[in-house]
Amino acid sequence: MEEPLNKTVKLINLPETIASRWHSKVRVSLYPEKFICLIECNTDVLVEVCNWLFSELRYRFASLVVEDQPEKWLLRYIFYGALERGQVHILCQLSKTEKIVPSISNVIHAADWHEREAEDLFGLAFEEHPRLGDFILHEEWPEGVNPMRTEFDSLKPYVHREVDPEWKPVRIVQTPGAFMMPIGPVYSDFAESAHFLLETVGEDVIRTIPRLFYKYRGVEKIAERKSVEHVILLAERFSGTSAFAHSLAFCQAVEDIAGVEVPERAKSLRILMAELERFRHHIAAIAGICSSTAMAVPTSQASILEEELLRLSCALTGHRYLFGLNIPGGLSIDFDNDILKNLAATINDVLQKLSELKEMLCFSSSFLDRLEEVGTISREQAVSYGLVGPIARASNMIRDLRKVLPYSGYEKVDFIVPCEQEGDGYARLRVLFSEAEQSAQIINQVAFSLPSGPVVSPVFPIVHGSSLGWVEAPRGAAFHWVRLGEDGKVARYRLTTPSFTNWHGFHLAAEDFAFQDFPIIMATFGLSNAECYR
Amino acid sequence: MNKWVLKGLKTGIKTTLYPDKEETSPGISPGLPQGKQTMGDEAQVVSRCPTQALNHIKDMISVDYRRCIHCFRCLRGIHNPVDWDKGYEWAVSIKEIDDASRMLGKAFDHSLHIRFVDGGACGACISEIEQINKPYYNIHRLGFFITPTPREADVLLVAGPVTDHMRLPIEKAYDAMPAPKRVIAIGTCAISGGIFGPSFASEGGISNLIPADIVVPGCPPPPLSIIHGLLLVVSRKPSASLTSPKSTEGERPHD
Repeated sequence: MEEPLNKTVKLINLPETIASRWHSKVRVSLYPEKFICLIECNTDVLVEVCNWLFSELRYRFASLVVEDQPEKWLLRYIFYGALERGQVHILCQLSKTEKIVPSISNVIHAADWHEREAEDLFGLAFEEHPRLGDFILHEEWPEGVNPMRTEFDSLKPYVHREVDPEWKPVRIVQTPGAFMMPIGPVYSDFAESAHFLLETVGEDVIRTIPRLFYKYRGVEKIAERKSVEHVILLAERFSGTSAFAHSLAFCQAVEDIAGVEVPERAKSLRILMAELERFRHHIAAIAGICSSTAMAVPTSQASILEEELLRLSCALTGHRYLFGLNIPGGLSIDFDNDILKNLAATINDVLQKLSELKEMLCFSSSFLDRLEEVGTISREQAVSYGLVGPIARASNMIRDLRKVLPYSGYEKVDFIVPCEQEGDGYARLRVLFSEAEQSAQIINQVAFSLPSGPVVSPVFPIVHGSSLGWVEAPRGAAFHWVRLGEDGKVARYRLTTPSFTNWHGFHLAAEDFAFQDFPIIMATFGLSNAECYR
Repeated sequence: MNKWVLKGLKTGIKTTLYPDKEETSPGISPGLPQGKQTMGDEAQVVSRCPTQALNHIKDMISVDYRRCIHCFRCLRGIHNPVDWDKGYEWAVSIKEIDDASRMLGKAFDHSLHIRFVDGGACGACISEIEQINKPYYNIHRLGFFITPTPREADVLLVAGPVTDHMRLPIEKAYDAMPAPKRVIAIGTCAISGGIFGPSFASEGGISNLIPADIVVPGCPPPPLSIIHGLLLVVSRKPSASLTSPKSTEGERPHD
């Protein structure tokens, strides 16, 4: 269910409404061809404007982009809305001497982690933010080291601080017998690095404190002053299991800056590849859920399908995870139409086997017992944390960028966005199954209606400017903000990933549960740490 | 629960016959570029390589597999591409075993316990390592087992450029392993830092922290390459070469 729309809210009407409300305090400009409304304001009305957009107009918070420019701080708050509402960017400028920004996370909780990140990496102070301090950088980083500042040298290894080995996080649960159970950062068979502190009184876990960012590779920093050709490799490789989606978002941003029109055939092929990636990702996630409940046969069945899709991707494109396909202006290779029709037929076979698996799983009571009412997230919580992707859609919050802000020709594709009501582990599993079905359906649709022509635009000029690229990645909405400097090199690359957004809400699902449900909650979330930590 | 048993039996055996027989199914490997004799106009192909894996050495184009990240730029969109080989036996033993605490005796040949540590991997390497435990590759049949604790592990698999925050956990995991123990670096990031490092946030490869003795190149290395690396640990398969052609090994301009 999408929130009831106030029909009068349209992007084109915004400037008038804003002008009547804030008069000269804000400057509004409308870019109808890009569907963006830009609001420039000072920090004194920032919270008010953000609150109005979020609470009254029901725009969703997408990202906070901080830019360290020679004379000023540039803060860009990006919001997006349904259908005719487009994007709203709020731009705040601060002189270099100011470091205090009013916090918006008291009115928009989704901005919480964005502000914590900006505080940690840029050294900006967010006034009235309830919880600032070590976040991405752990204790061994000295205070006052802000790696995202322009003057910080990304190549120089920095000096570590001695960490107090006795350091422990504050415990909240203070009853007799309560203790804190640590998990990670090296744990389980193939788990990605993360650390969890489970506050427990024995069998029941009261709450979970995740400590993340063990894999912080500074992707945003090391992308700076690199060429577009180099940064696309980073966009692809910072989260290998959703490589195509992220490289697509990056390409769309630089294509928009350069004003390059991507050929129709490349657009269709991009949809096809993006859906192939989603299809494979969802099957891998289903295998993960089966594995977390110790169902050996369904795990194997789903894993067989996953490997078959990996082989199919490799035989088709040369790479099992679709690396090296996207290039600015299109795709690096073209495919034979008949091969793509065969691909669609193979996908249908895989879907057939997947449906059999679904049927069997939905009638396995021991499996359902482990998933139902586990890790529940309500719709209100999902809205407040701005959750995205299959997790949000399992909590009855439909928002899919392919529908809301169509890109790469998705407006011509016919598909539905599945959603469920309960918000528990089983709802998330069903959403994964339904989305996989939709992806297979899209692949079939596109494979049989491919336009002919080139797959890459012949020229790609080197220009400067900035733009936002976005995709609905397999795990949810991803936003890539790219600024190219005068020399055509990347000056700022901001990655807002679905895993970052959804890890923020993870603690909601990991509250008041039995100990053995922890791996199941993790698996039904199916988040990538690499995608979150960047 | 009978239905699951029947379902499993009906599926039949999917597992590869490697290492007894060569695996030839399509799509098992992205392949690696091959070095070749220069013909005079290869400056373009060498300059297109974003990680300097391609170099002119004498009259050859030499490929350094410690740096190749499968970007396909020496294959696509140019007039004189280098050849790509679709093989998968890529693991290389880079360190002579000089000390008894690292020598795995005969007893380990068919009973090897493996612990994986994520040092900042992008997810693709992890996914490929997971595959070796799944039906198509199933390492149990070779006597290899994944163990959740380093205290039981003989081999440490490390993927990723080894981020700053993972330095301590990896050292602790390595110290917790009983001798004899070996370390395998999985993927280009763990070998040389790949596209990510060295930088302020990562070490630029596991060897800068603890000595790796086997490397498996690739971005990511396909499951069969990882199995080749494990077979190499127990000397059931011979080592491959770090460069192509092999004769250019040790002649890298930036070593």
